[in-house]
Amino acid sequence: MQLTNRSKQVSNKEMTFAEKIYLPAIVTGLGITIKHFFQKKVTIKYPEVKKNLGPVFRGRHVLKRDDQGRERCTACGLCAVACPAEAISMVASERQKGEENLYREEKYAAVYEINMLRCIFCGLCEEACPKQAIYLRHDEFVPVFTERDQVIWGKDKLAENMNNRYLRTAWTKEEAHEHNLKGIVAQPRTQL
Amino acid sequence: MAFSIDAAFIIKAIIILLIFAITLLIATYSTYAERKVAAFIQDRIGPDRAGPFGLLQPIADAVKMFFKEDFIPSNASKWLFILGPCLSMLTALMTSAVIPFGDSIKYEAAPGKVWDVAVQAIDVNIGILYVFGVVSLGVYGIMVGGWASNNKFSLLGAIRAASQNISYEISMGLAIVAILMMTGSLSIRHIVEQQHGGNWNIFYQPLGFVIFITCAFAECNRTPFDLPECETELIGGYHTEYSSMKLGFYLFAEYINMFVSSAMIASLYFGGYNYPGMDWVQAKLIAATGEITGHNLATLVGTLVFFGKSLFFVFFYMWVRWTLPRFRYDQLMNLGWKGLIPLAIVNIILTGGAILYLKPLVVSLLK
Repeated sequence: MQLTNRSKQVSNKEMTFAEKIYLPAIVTGLGITIKHFFQKKVTIKYPEVKKNLGPVFRGRHVLKRDDQGRERCTACGLCAVACPAEAISMVASERQKGEENLYREEKYAAVYEINMLRCIFCGLCEEACPKQAIYLRHDEFVPVFTERDQVIWGKDKLAENMNNRYLRTAWTKEEAHEHNLKGIVAQPRTQL
Repeated sequence: MAFSIDAAFIIKAIIILLIFAITLLIATYSTYAERKVAAFIQDRIGPDRAGPFGLLQPIADAVKMFFKEDFIPSNASKWLFILGPCLSMLTALMTSAVIPFGDSIKYEAAPGKVWDVAVQAIDVNIGILYVFGVVSLGVYGIMVGGWASNNKFSLLGAIRAASQNISYEISMGLAIVAILMMTGSLSIRHIVEQQHGGNWNIFYQPLGFVIFITCAFAECNRTPFDLPECETELIGGYHTEYSSMKLGFYLFAEYINMFVSSAMIASLYFGGYNYPGMDWVQAKLIAATGEITGHNLATLVGTLVFFGKSLFFVFFYMWVRWTLPRFRYDQLMNLGWKGLIPLAIVNIILTGGAILYLKPLVVSLLK
């Protein structure tokens, strides 16, 4: 049975003298490695230089606001239902008079929490959301946390900062190629 | 000879100190070079955080080694456990004593009275024998370490390492015999001096050179002969139980061995401090700066050439390490006993034949 087209017929032929003394093969190997010695290095100096992660990369979550700065989330709970890791939980609340500039619709999420230890960054919440309120950023990881109280991310960390909005530059690889997105030199970390 | 402190003695003391300091420095920076070479061969950048280009990395490593927990297993024999790495380090350092790093330094003690001090710790007339004697003691460092750890894996690793070292020392010695037959001297300085004027042994002993360098790799426990490390089969080999600076000593000894054997290869096969156009350079320097200064400057150039050659072989060690995979143990033993020893004996016979029959023929033809 042939599983791939890369399989080769194994031969058990006698090695020639040159093959038996191994030295030509060793010299060839040395040649290959010394060639790499002078080649351009592919390493990226990570904290200083960041690679463009690609338009479909699923990084840390953001709760989007609309153009007027109102929260889009209506606390319908579909993201929490869709979440296979059960990382999302929320408490819905009713918008009061005078809060129209804060929440777009009558119902909003008073508490919206994601447990970052549970989240598997599958992106199903993003797909489930009917209000286009939750996205996984394509340009940023979840920062490292060392304390237990940093694990649960509330709205303070998730809601979008209007001074530093999350705008996706491309949606497909082709678009990213058009925009010529390559590595980016690190900026100071986005204010949460 | 009366023992007195005079200028020659002081110069000699400075030379000896310098030789050991430079050997240690090169060994220290070999660790850094190894990481850089490995990285470059694998298209990486390598250590670059500590200092410019990561040049302070060896110091950072040393600090780390010193501050790690110095652990001695409860049932290990304590003193032997400490003795192991010391033995390894000691034997590695001792070999550098007989290597001629350069020609000689002249010093005018009084008008008409010129001291001539060789740039070598000590020039013994049994230099090569001494090297072999000391190198064979290095096995004890490994063996004592493996035994004292009170760990079966360490002991097995140590036995493997010891049998490997002993096996390859035989063919190494036999490879040298051919050179001794050609030069008729056991002093390394004599052997180097006979290669004066581009008359390098590599041209007469290519087979011997291949055998010698292969055995040198095995003696230094370097890839593809780094069986003593055997982390896959025996956890970590003879130094499984070692931590902190004691492990550091073992690893450091390996790098010193590497430099010393590179220096040996350079001395025995590549003319040591000799280089083409040496006499011309010396004559020019003497004409430019005077008899004594010129000679000393020429010695300095020769010493630098010697370091260039040795460091190239240090690089070669690393180059090979990141090219070739490790041997299987039975393959290693087969190569040593069934491959290299017969080859070395053939080399001796060929050399003997050449000295007996070829040399008179060539000499008579040239007449």
